[in-house]
Amino acid sequence: MSNPELDGMGPSERGRDAITGAAGVVSEAQRTERDQAREAERPSGRPEGRRRRGGEPTRVPDADFRSYHGRPVLNGVVWEARDIGGYLFLGGLAGASSVLAAGAEATGRADLGRPLKYTALVAISGSLVALVHDLGRPERFLNMLRVFKPTSPMSMGSWLLAGYGPLVGTAAVTAATGWFPRIGSAATMGAGVLGPLVATYTAPLICDTAVPSWHEGHREMPYVFASSAVAAAGGMGLVTTPTEHAGPFRRAAVGGALTELAVSTCMEKRMGLVGEPYGRGLAGALTRTAKALTLAGAVGSVLGRRNRVVSALSGAALVGGSALTRLGIFQAGVQSAEDPKYTVVPQRERLRQRA
Amino acid sequence: MSSDVCKHCTSAACLDVCPTGSLFRTEFDTVVVQEDICNGCGYCVSACPYGVIDRREVDGRAWKCTLCYDRIGDGLEPACAKACPTDSIQFGDLDELRERAQRRVEDLQDAGVSSARLYGEDPEDGVGGAGAFFLLLDEPEVYGLPPDPVVTTRDLPSMWRHAGSAAVVLLAGGLAAFAGRRS
Ligand code: SF4
Ligand code: SF4
Repeated sequence: MSNPELDGMGPSERGRDAITGAAGVVSEAQRTERDQAREAERPSGRPEGRRRRGGEPTRVPDADFRSYHGRPVLNGVVWEARDIGGYLFLGGLAGASSVLAAGAEATGRADLGRPLKYTALVAISGSLVALVHDLGRPERFLNMLRVFKPTSPMSMGSWLLAGYGPLVGTAAVTAATGWFPRIGSAATMGAGVLGPLVATYTAPLICDTAVPSWHEGHREMPYVFASSAVAAAGGMGLVTTPTEHAGPFRRAAVGGALTELAVSTCMEKRMGLVGEPYGRGLAGALTRTAKALTLAGAVGSVLGRRNRVVSALSGAALVGGSALTRLGIFQAGVQSAEDPKYTVVPQRERLRQRA
Repeated sequence: MSSDVCKHCTSAACLDVCPTGSLFRTEFDTVVVQEDICNGCGYCVSACPYGVIDRREVDGRAWKCTLCYDRIGDGLEPACAKACPTDSIQFGDLDELRERAQRRVEDLQDAGVSSARLYGEDPEDGVGGAGAFFLLLDEPEVYGLPPDPVVTTRDLPSMWRHAGSAAVVLLAGGLAAFAGRRS
């Protein structure tokens, strides 16, 4: 696979030396000198690893690193942004909606929780459709239930959904028909307990990969997902509920939104080089728009708390912001897997520190 | 040159994350996909730190080097090792191969090729040692290999802990929103 002949760099000559047995005639001092001379000759001092497919020049000075003709080390993410990005968002919306519905139920305001029970059912159904679309065939989902594997977040998630889905369905159907109120209320509580796990397990799902901009964020990601989910569910509450009753949803929405903005910004900063994709290209655009919408939604839901229209629009902005947050995170991972820099440089740094 | 075979990692991320049990460890300590069970979820593709396993275009299922599972089961060596005319690809017992490779590296270094090194032979590395290791003449990244791969599931316990505590925070926060004044 590797053909150092093509990049004209040291290894080919060294390799030839070794193969032809000429190694003995070149002293190490001469070799170093030769390498340095070649380093100086390199056009515009660009290390070969900087070369990219399509020759697109990089704007920000990159860390110095080497690679095989700029080709990625990792295989790209094979998931579709719409399917799996959407899956992350819908799972969060469903899970947090179930929590708010349970909160309403527990405080004797079942009416308030009804729209969120429907939201949870629609969202979780949508996420299943997205997952099955990604797998290609519905029966392939059943293969997931062959084993129970704590080392695979996807396996654990499948079991979680297998338990959560029916509870959400029962909660929504009993709320709509008025049948079996006791069962309905138990299902609502059950969904409220499993909901937070549905909203957060997707963080280990994407972080448990070799994709640099996902894996490196594994500590903060569950909190980003949790708060973004609360913002979205609170936003749905603001859309569906008259302002005078929407107090709990407004508090959830604002709390979720502000937490999400703070934690995601921290995460991107702490990751250092690997946080870079969150600010670049499509991922950057998605992330910035997500933050603007989330902030606007939070401000709007406070300032417009007496105005039905402003409240509803703010709620919609929060739902949109949450969706774009997930798509931005998804895209940042995709971008980080495509550029060998994000794989090689941090690993080199780790080796250097260990030495 | 270096061939892009599966490293048959001792701690294999692809195998850990596979939700169907399609990927399994064989009696030869190699890692193999059972296509009839694979559901094409693509998780293993993003988990492999070497970019080895990939989705097959035709049916979306995972596909990779099996170290010729059927051949070694019949006592033969893998086809790549058999076909290689210069014996650059060698198959055998890992300990013995490690020794042979170490001798070769020392010979090369004595001959002045100070850049000669082994890659993936160390059982203490981030993937617990690879079942397929290499003699390289430059840094691994020049061959498209990660310089210090670590199996992603090493951090999974910490991920589950954070996800669990985030779930608790979500539940508490969501319920707290209902604690205030009623209107
Ligand atoms: S190299 Fe990749 S595909 Fe092969 S065993 Fe290791 S993780 Fe799995
Ligand atoms: S694509 Fe197949 S082999 Fe890979 S993780 Fe999914 S089920 Fe397992």
